[in-house]
Amino acid sequence: MLVTIDQDKCCGAGSCVLAAPDVFDQRDEDGIVVLLDARPPADLHQAVKDAADVCPAAAIRLETA
Amino acid sequence: MATAAPTPRFTHPAARGACPFAPPPAYQQAQQEEPISRVSLWDGTPSWFLTRYDDIKAVLADPRFSSDATRPGFPFISAGARQLSAGQTTFIRMDDPEHAHQRRMLTGEFMIKKVEALRPEIQRIADRLLDDMTAGRTEADLVRDFALPLPSLVICLLLGVPYEDHAFFQECSRVLLRRDSAPEDVDAAQKRLADYLVALTETKRTAPDDGILSRLVERGELTTEEIGAMGRLLLIAGHETTANMTALSVLALLRNPAQLDHLRAHPEAVPGAVEELLRYLTIVHSGLTRVATEDVEVGGVRIRAGEGVICMVSTANRDAEQFPGGDELDLTRDARRHLAFGFGTHQCLGQPLARLELRIALDTVLRRLPGLRLAVPFEDVPFRGEMLVYGLHELPVTW
Repeated sequence: MLVTIDQDKCCGAGSCVLAAPDVFDQRDEDGIVVLLDARPPADLHQAVKDAADVCPAAAIRLETA
Repeated sequence: MATAAPTPRFTHPAARGACPFAPPPAYQQAQQEEPISRVSLWDGTPSWFLTRYDDIKAVLADPRFSSDATRPGFPFISAGARQLSAGQTTFIRMDDPEHAHQRRMLTGEFMIKKVEALRPEIQRIADRLLDDMTAGRTEADLVRDFALPLPSLVICLLLGVPYEDHAFFQECSRVLLRRDSAPEDVDAAQKRLADYLVALTETKRTAPDDGILSRLVERGELTTEEIGAMGRLLLIAGHETTANMTALSVLALLRNPAQLDHLRAHPEAVPGAVEELLRYLTIVHSGLTRVATEDVEVGGVRIRAGEGVICMVSTANRDAEQFPGGDELDLTRDARRHLAFGFGTHQCLGQPLARLELRIALDTVLRRLPGLRLAVPFEDVPFRGEMLVYGLHELPVTW
C-alpha cells in the first residue's frame, strides 16, 4: 500500500489521526495533515483505509503498490 | 432520470413522532420512498431534501454545492435562520478558497495534540462542576449545572472570553438558535453579541492574552469585525453543541440501562460509545444547507443551478445500508463513519474538542454518580424541538 496526501485539500479535521495515528499526524503550526509512513505495514492497512474513508476533504489517496 | 421537480412532500421541519430521539417519521418515510425529494420551507419556497448517507456524503464533498447564503436560492430553515446569515459573514458561509483561508487560521487551535493537552484542565472543570452540583443536594438540573457550563468554561478559556459574561452570551445564543425567533429579535441579539465580541477583541490589542482572539489580532490578517464574527461563531458552536450532546447522551443512556451498565463496567469503551451517541442523536436535526452552483446529478436526480438542498445528516446516520438497525442505540457498533459533524471541507472544526469534552463528561458522570436516574418522568423531560440545535432544555436528575 502506498499512501499519498494532499495538504492543499486538507481541512484539518483530524479524522485521519484519530483513525490511524501511526500513519498520520497534524502539522504543529496549522493542524494540516502530515504523512508519517507512506508504506504502512499490513496490520495498519485497515486503519489507513478507514482514515481515507472518513477524510472529509478527500485528501488521502491509496494505491496498491 | 427524473426531469420535472415533484410536488413537495411536507413542510420542513416536520413534527417528531413518538420517539424523541428519532428523526420525524416523515423524514424516515422519505428515505424509504423518495430519498431525494422536494419539501416546502417556512415561507413556501421549495427545496431538495436528501435523506440517504451516500447522496449526502457526495453533496457535502462536492464544490459545486455552495455554502454561501447570499447566493440566490440558498435554503433557510426559518425566518430567524435567514436573519442569522445576514450579519458579518464567517467562513462557514463561504466557499473555498476564501473558506479554506480563514478556516486555516483556526485549524491549529483545534488539532488533536493541542486539544489533548487540555485534558487535565477539562477534567478539573468537570470534577469541580460535579462537586458543586452534588454538595448538600440530592437533585439537580444536569444541563444547567454540568452539561452547559462545562463546554462554556472551556470555550471561554480557549477564546479569551470572560466566563462571568456567560448569562449574556448564552441568552443571545438561545435567541439566535430558536427556529421561531422573530427576525428582528435575531438581528438585535446578533448585534449585541457582535458588539460585545468586537469590543472584547479591541481590548486584546492593548492587553493580549493566550487566547484565540488575541492570536487572531496578532496575526493581523482580519479586521476587528471579522475577528469578532469568528469569535461569535466559535463561542456559540463551542458551547451549544457539546452541551446538548452531553445532556442527550446521558438521557439516552438512562433509557438504555443495559448499555449504561455495560459502559460503567467498561470505561475504556467510552470513546466508541461517544461515536455511536453522535450517530444516534445527531443534534444538527434541521439538516445542513447548500445551494447548487451548476446542474448536478445526485443519486439519479438532476439538481439545477440555483436550487437549494437540505442534507439530513440525522436520517443519513440511520441509513440501514450504512448502519443496520440504526434506530437502535448500540454502543458496540463501529459508528465512526457517521456524519454528525458534517462532511466535506466544512466538517466541524472543533470535533477533536467536542470528542474530548464528551468523553470526559460521560466518563466523569458515570464514574461519580453510580446511582444516577431521572428525577421526573421521561415524558416530562423538555426536548429542544424548536431549536436549530436539538437537545434538552433541562435534565432533572437525582443520584
